[in-house]
Amino acid sequence: MSAPRKWLYITGILMLCAWVLVPIYLIGLGAMGGRMAVFKWPKSLAPTETSFAALAAFLKIEGVWNAALNSLIAASLTMLFSILLGAPAGYALARFSFRGQSAFRLLVLLTRAFPLAILALPLTVIFIKVGLYDTPLGVSLVHTALALPFAALVTSSLFMGIPREYEEAAWVFGCTRWQAFRKVVLPLALPGIAAAAIFAFVISWNEVFAASVLTVRERTLTAYLLAVLSESPLHYRFAGGFILIVPSVLFIFAVRKYLFAMWGVSSK
Amino acid sequence: MAGILIDKVAKQFGNTVALQEISLSVADGEFVALLGPSGCGKTTLLRIIAGLDVQSSGKVVIGERDVSALKPSERGLAMVFQNYAVFPHMTVFENVAFGLRMKGADQARVEAQVRKAAALLHIEEYLARYPAKLSGGQRQRVAVARALAVEPAVLLMDEPLSNLDALLRLEMRAELRSVLREAGTTTIYVTHDQTEAMGLADRIAVMHGGHIVQIDTPTTIYSKPATRFVGGFVGSPPMNFVNTTATAGSARLGGITLASPVDGPIILGFRGEDARLTDTASGLPFKVKVAEPMGSHLLLTGHVGGDLARIVAPSNTRIDAGATLGLALDPTRIVWIDPQTGRTHPGA
Repeated sequence: MSAPRKWLYITGILMLCAWVLVPIYLIGLGAMGGRMAVFKWPKSLAPTETSFAALAAFLKIEGVWNAALNSLIAASLTMLFSILLGAPAGYALARFSFRGQSAFRLLVLLTRAFPLAILALPLTVIFIKVGLYDTPLGVSLVHTALALPFAALVTSSLFMGIPREYEEAAWVFGCTRWQAFRKVVLPLALPGIAAAAIFAFVISWNEVFAASVLTVRERTLTAYLLAVLSESPLHYRFAGGFILIVPSVLFIFAVRKYLFAMWGVSSK
Repeated sequence: MAGILIDKVAKQFGNTVALQEISLSVADGEFVALLGPSGCGKTTLLRIIAGLDVQSSGKVVIGERDVSALKPSERGLAMVFQNYAVFPHMTVFENVAFGLRMKGADQARVEAQVRKAAALLHIEEYLARYPAKLSGGQRQRVAVARALAVEPAVLLMDEPLSNLDALLRLEMRAELRSVLREAGTTTIYVTHDQTEAMGLADRIAVMHGGHIVQIDTPTTIYSKPATRFVGGFVGSPPMNFVNTTATAGSARLGGITLASPVDGPIILGFRGEDARLTDTASGLPFKVKVAEPMGSHLLLTGHVGGDLARIVAPSNTRIDAGATLGLALDPTRIVWIDPQTGRTHPGA
């Protein structure tokens, strides 16, 4: 790589990193800098004083724990549904060739292109009718629809990475199809499936629009914060934001290898 | 132990014909190599025997049992795959024990059989390790041990040595031969490497374009190929083919006259090492283009008339490129080939 291109490359990387990291850093600063630091201008980029007072106070707000529990239930159910439905789809995509396979692959992704805002009203009506409205289960169903494409595609690339010969060897040595899957494919795919599951969890954990529309009292954490924090002091909002960000950043960091694999980039 | 009977097995993938009505019978304890270039259908045939692919028509009989419709697990065979397919999440011991455990063998028998197979392939010291810690050659041994541990009626091998480097391949080949001799297992071995097939097999089935072109002992395949393709595919250097015309039951090539089975245009086939160098006037004229010293011999590449030929000369001969030599041929070590059909004339 020539010198100017190298500089361009490095600058690009730095800008992309800054794009993501600076806001997170500022939120962290706001959450822990105390009441006055939030309003101070010009901002000091180094933490002047760190206190967990705002974070602690935030956690004492009424309903936060209930909302967190709802979030946890919805995210766990989303995780469960997306893997139970997505992994078999991924296996089928990886192992069998069928008519319209690439079209199916595209369609799976296209579900993400359909704007949720348009779906919100009819969904609300239906959910009220069937009794799913204002329940974590109802939220998790919508979130599953959002997470499923990724679950299917990530697991399909996982299963593709496991040579077919392993399964064939298992068949030859006396396994039925299901036994071969359970004894050979599943143990090899398990770390990746766990990653896909965590990714589904994060999608649900972070989703705010559907959760806000489909719940009133049984809010998830994101929906609850959106409603409550608009009336709170600024440093509380930062605290709330920070608490929302941390788990997903940790999760994404834990599963980054498999997310890269999904896009065909190796991170060895 | 069991023999294998393949009865008119054919396979189509969509519109492409992979196998056209292949029949083959393998005796109990026999080692048959399926040899052919890539795309000739040899792996497809092996996979059909294993039950991993389903034949379009025909049947496969192992022992006395028609297994055509059975699942791979019900056929009582073992297989060694090209990329070994040793399970990475199990220790070597568990890999070798896999087939026995699936059959529900008790721990004592598993233990005994694994030890026996491991001893046969010299992998006792690796039994506790995971395959990731093994070299390619060691993994190959594990794959073979896993196959032998179940004492299969039939052992199928799909290019088991092709992923190894040349030296290791030579070593494993010799070892495989002695191990399989000892076990006495009926074996079908797929390879595109003719030296492997020649060295290992009791009989070789040469495949080409979805057919078995010739099935015979290695020596016969080598010296009396059934078709021009077999002669060109088996042996290194391949057989030489010289176009000529026979009249009145003999063909005259330079200074030599050879009796031919028919008159008219015909192809003379001979092996490079069967030609002796003689003086230009009394032999078949051979114009040398390149002389390559190979250590054990001197490989000469050149032309006989308009046809390319390769001659193996003793390594101590001094020959320069551009020279014209005479070749003497032993009439019992030549074949005559019909230029139309590419088939060898029988008995010649």
